[in-house]
Amino acid sequence: MTPSSVLILGARSDIGRAVARRFARAGASVILAARRSNELAADVSDLAIRHKVKAEAIEFDVTDGDPEAFFEALPTLPDVVVMVVGLLGDQARSETDLEAATAVMAANFTGPVAYLLAAARRLEARGSGCIVGISSVAGDRGRKSNYVYGSAKAGFTAFLSGLRNRLFGQGVAVITVKPGFVATQMTAGLKLPPLLTAQPGEVADAIWTAVEKRKDVIYIRPIWRLIMMAIQNVPEPLFKRLSL
Amino acid sequence: MLANPACTPTLLSGWGRYPRLEGRLATPRTADDLAACLSSAPLAARGNARSYGDASFGSGLTVDMRRLGRLLDFDDGTGELRCEAGVLLSEIVEVFTPRGWFPPVTPGTKYVTVGGMVASDVHGKNHHGAGSFCDHVVSLRLALGDGTVLTCSPHEHPELFAATCGGMGLTGLVLEVTFRLVPVRTSVIVQETIRAPDLAAAMEIFEREVGRTYSVAWIDCLASGPDLGRSVIVLGEHAAPDDLEPGRCDAPFARPPARTRRVPVDFPAFALNRLSVSLFNRLYYGTHGPGRKLVDLDPYFYPLDAIQDWNRIYGRGGFVQYQCVLPLETSREGLEALLTEIARVGLASFLAVLKRLGRESFGYLSFPREGYTLALDFPANPDTFALLERLDRIVLEGGGRLYLAKDARMSAPMFRAGYPRLAQFNAVRRRYGVERRFRSALAERLEL
Ligand SMILES: Cc1cc2nc3c(=O)[nH]c(=O)nc-3n(C[C@H](O)[C@H](O)[C@H](O)COP(=O)(O)OP(=O)(O)OC[C@H]3O[C@@H](n4cnc5c(N)ncnc54)[C@H](O)[C@@H]3O)c2cc1C
Ligand SMILES: NC(=O)c1ccc[n+]([C@@H]2O[C@H](COP(=O)([O-])OP(=O)(O)OC[C@H]3O[C@@H](n4cnc5c(N)ncnc54)[C@H](OP(=O)(O)O)[C@@H]3O)[C@@H](O)[C@H]2O)c1
Repeated sequence: MTPSSVLILGARSDIGRAVARRFARAGASVILAARRSNELAADVSDLAIRHKVKAEAIEFDVTDGDPEAFFEALPTLPDVVVMVVGLLGDQARSETDLEAATAVMAANFTGPVAYLLAAARRLEARGSGCIVGISSVAGDRGRKSNYVYGSAKAGFTAFLSGLRNRLFGQGVAVITVKPGFVATQMTAGLKLPPLLTAQPGEVADAIWTAVEKRKDVIYIRPIWRLIMMAIQNVPEPLFKRLSL
Repeated sequence: MLANPACTPTLLSGWGRYPRLEGRLATPRTADDLAACLSSAPLAARGNARSYGDASFGSGLTVDMRRLGRLLDFDDGTGELRCEAGVLLSEIVEVFTPRGWFPPVTPGTKYVTVGGMVASDVHGKNHHGAGSFCDHVVSLRLALGDGTVLTCSPHEHPELFAATCGGMGLTGLVLEVTFRLVPVRTSVIVQETIRAPDLAAAMEIFEREVGRTYSVAWIDCLASGPDLGRSVIVLGEHAAPDDLEPGRCDAPFARPPARTRRVPVDFPAFALNRLSVSLFNRLYYGTHGPGRKLVDLDPYFYPLDAIQDWNRIYGRGGFVQYQCVLPLETSREGLEALLTEIARVGLASFLAVLKRLGRESFGYLSFPREGYTLALDFPANPDTFALLERLDRIVLEGGGRLYLAKDARMSAPMFRAGYPRLAQFNAVRRRYGVERRFRSALAERLEL
């Protein structure tokens, strides 16, 4: 399927912008959904001039508003819906401040689930389309350094897998993206190993290909599949002793 | 989120990788990030770091503008483009050439930002006819660092405009630029190559061919004696559809697939010696046989871009580029003296480019002025620096100056002698209160 329109939820993120560019380059019209969407005017004009596609920005907060009303208000139902929203938070703070922990869970799990359920119903009714969820390798196994974020992403991964199962045979594909490290503002200032770190453009290319080929679960740099296989296979009695 | 704009400590340098400075680098992505950066001082603006020396970083906060690179408006009737400063020229070529529009002025690499093109008021192979980049700028938006953002143009804040065009980022952060592209009918250049046996012949050809759109000469700077200044002159015109081979007329903007090579590692210092340079030069002469042919715009305008990271062939020590301009009256004598001195020392310059420039630009610190400009590359080492001191004296004597975008080593007095409109520049900086807020390593070295 070569999509002709895409909705990006969380479009101010570096990954969201890269995905918007990638789809627009292939001629797809783009809806950028984000908080403070008025600030996306420059991105909208850029997409329209550079790629000669229709582009617009709409207001969206994943932890707020009524998902049904949000999709009802869209000018058209897009071919592809990409959920990019995420919040890394601060693990130490999440452990002591319930509000902070709840915000992480809402931005990575409950919020995205609410919006994607609303999207799924509509795509299912139409009988075509594709839902892309950006989850994380952090959800593959809980580690002490980021298990609040990780568990929310684990929930999101499980949700996407169930949704894929439900929509199989209904003409709607569901793709889980586990990027590994990506050089974005989320990770700015962290020392990331270059070989394990993808650029936002690489993530966007991989998502584009996954949509065209209707893949199920993708990693960006292949090495991450191996790393996570290894991490998942460490027996728990040993794993709990590790400092990861 | 850019919690602290003073974030990552990074080893900073320009294209020549000399000098280097451990500095703080911020990469704003949003209006908020930018505001956070602008509240810090002193600042140095950084585009794609294609200036050779120490212009694109400073000891304060260095602000990488490349993430603020969006196209904002385009009028396909007039070719007027408004964009953010971080847009790369390569993107402009890619997006607009197929629509029949081309940059009015382009430097010898397309990996520069629009902000960098303004700040260096860059010139191209068409300077004798088209002037420099800022001659085509309609207006720009400039952040002064105190919360003010001004629109500058030949009509609004004209003196600030004249200080900013060629002002090396020392008058504020350029946020947006509006400029005019020029219409083209194909993506092909009709290239004509002429060999000149010596300097006099080369200059004669430049003077005879001033009506041509593009012209440039590659000099063999190892030639000496009667061969001094031996060069190939390459002229160019945008091709019309009728010029193309019969099969191509219906695809005037078709482009060959891009082929780039990468220099995988730093070359050891001995790799670039007299022999390898003379081999390269000979190869160059060989492949540039005289005559007329059709070439794609990439190999015509950006031959060096075909090799990514070519600056690494000079090894870890880095290199410097020496680019001077001499007024028309002293060009002949001055160039002869420069080339004689270089040939005498036998220091190999991988690249030696000669070009006729047109009238002086309006920017107070713009480099171009009517005359001849010579650009040479040398490894950064004591022998080079000693040679360049001697070249400085020749340039001074001829009433010429050095290009700030290329410079990494000239002295403050040498700079002041070459730029007589410095006082106006400083007065404008004081008037707008920016002289302490924007400082690069170059500004410090030149006591700007
Ligand atoms: C292979 C090669 C060929 C070249 N050929 C030519 C040529 O033919 N003609 C020519 O004129 N030049 C030429 N240059 C030089 C180059 O065009 C200039 O140095 C240009 O300024 C580089 O742009 P940049 O975006 O990389 O800027 P940088 O190198 O990052 O910065 C250059 C200057 O611009 C300032 N600056 C950058 N962005 C902003 C901004 N947004 N606001 C305010 N100030 C800013 C910086 O502070 C600095 O002073 C060449 C360079 C290379 C490497
Ligand atoms: N970078 C990595 O290494 C990495 C690795 C694995 C997975 N991921 C995932 O990739 C996705 C994109 O992240 P990124 O790296 O591009 O970082 P990012 O720029 O921080 O992206 C996160 C985006 O989520 C948005 N967001 C947060 N809460 C929101 C809310 N309540 N409503 C609407 N939008 C909200 C943010 O919007 P604002 O701009 O309005 O704050 C921001 O644009 C995230 O899901 C992240 O978990 C990233």
